Amino acid sequence: MVSRVVVGAHYGLRDWLIQRVTAGVMALGCLSLAIYLALHPGLDYQGWRALFSGDAVRTFALLFMLCLYYHAWIGVRDIAMDYIKPVWLRLLIHVFVILTLIVYAIWSVQILWGY
Amino acid sequence: MKFRIYRYNPETDASPYMQAYEVDISQGMLLDAILLIKQQDDSLSLRKSCREGVCGSDAMNINGRNGLACITPLSTLKEPVVLRPLPGLPVIRDLIVDMTQFFRQYHSIKPYLVNNDPPPETERLQSPAQREHLNGLYECILCGCCTTSCPSFWWNPDKFVGPAGLLQAYRFIADTRDQATIERLDDLEDPYRLFRCHTIMNCVDVCPKELNPTEAIGHIKDMMVRRLV
Repeated sequence: MVSRVVVGAHYGLRDWLIQRVTAGVMALGCLSLAIYLALHPGLDYQGWRALFSGDAVRTFALLFMLCLYYHAWIGVRDIAMDYIKPVWLRLLIHVFVILTLIVYAIWSVQILWGY
Repeated sequence: MKFRIYRYNPETDASPYMQAYEVDISQGMLLDAILLIKQQDDSLSLRKSCREGVCGSDAMNINGRNGLACITPLSTLKEPVVLRPLPGLPVIRDLIVDMTQFFRQYHSIKPYLVNNDPPPETERLQSPAQREHLNGLYECILCGCCTTSCPSFWWNPDKFVGPAGLLQAYRFIADTRDQATIERLDDLEDPYRLFRCHTIMNCVDVCPKELNPTEAIGHIKDMMVRRLV
């Protein structure tokens, strides 16, 4: 194989856009939680349980986490693209990060609906 | 004024070193001082030509910030003035860097009008409003200050076009006489060529012509979004 520099994977815009959209969702989530905490000071275990007992809150919490994982994937991939030069190592890190985030996503569902 | 200047001659020096100089000057531009230093020590090498910020030859790292020596007033500089070659490019000698990679990226965006219509008798016309869009884009002198201050270019100089190249890419995308907009956008829709830009805006900070590559990059992304959704 020749060692010429190759570019032209022709993607990037979708990820760039998704990174912004997911950031928006997470900002909304953080703001809503902050407002809720301000309105309900001294939230105890029962309070937290009651908050997360409704499907709407659980669904939005899952959406928040999925946004976080996708956002993290793009960010970590960008860091690997900048700093990890050997292609095999970069691919390995990409695969590891993707699988880890998928596990996190499954785990999130388990946490939100498992109790 | 006191100066500390990066010296490296690959034929005689094992490694680069900083050399101290002192010259009797306090007014004028940095290039005037460097030329006085060169009278003391004619082995000091640098590129220079127009001495008025038009040719872009004497771009260098001045007290940690990229700029043109010929339009940097000495009165604005703290002593000792530390001069280094532009970062991120191979040093040929002293303050002279090898700009090959920079110009390779510039050429990769096809910096010329692509128009397949038969040439008209006179020039290809634009309305004043259409011409207005090229302001802030065509003025780039390709000095390399922006691109060599960009960490994304430091990490991927062979793959990331860099702010100067992307500013010029948008200059031709924005030109109503150009017919290759789709191809130009296709070429830049790439995780390395365009999307290595993380909007840290070092380019805007250092541009000696006060241009805004970050804004141009934003316009390219806007156009890509418009054609996607």
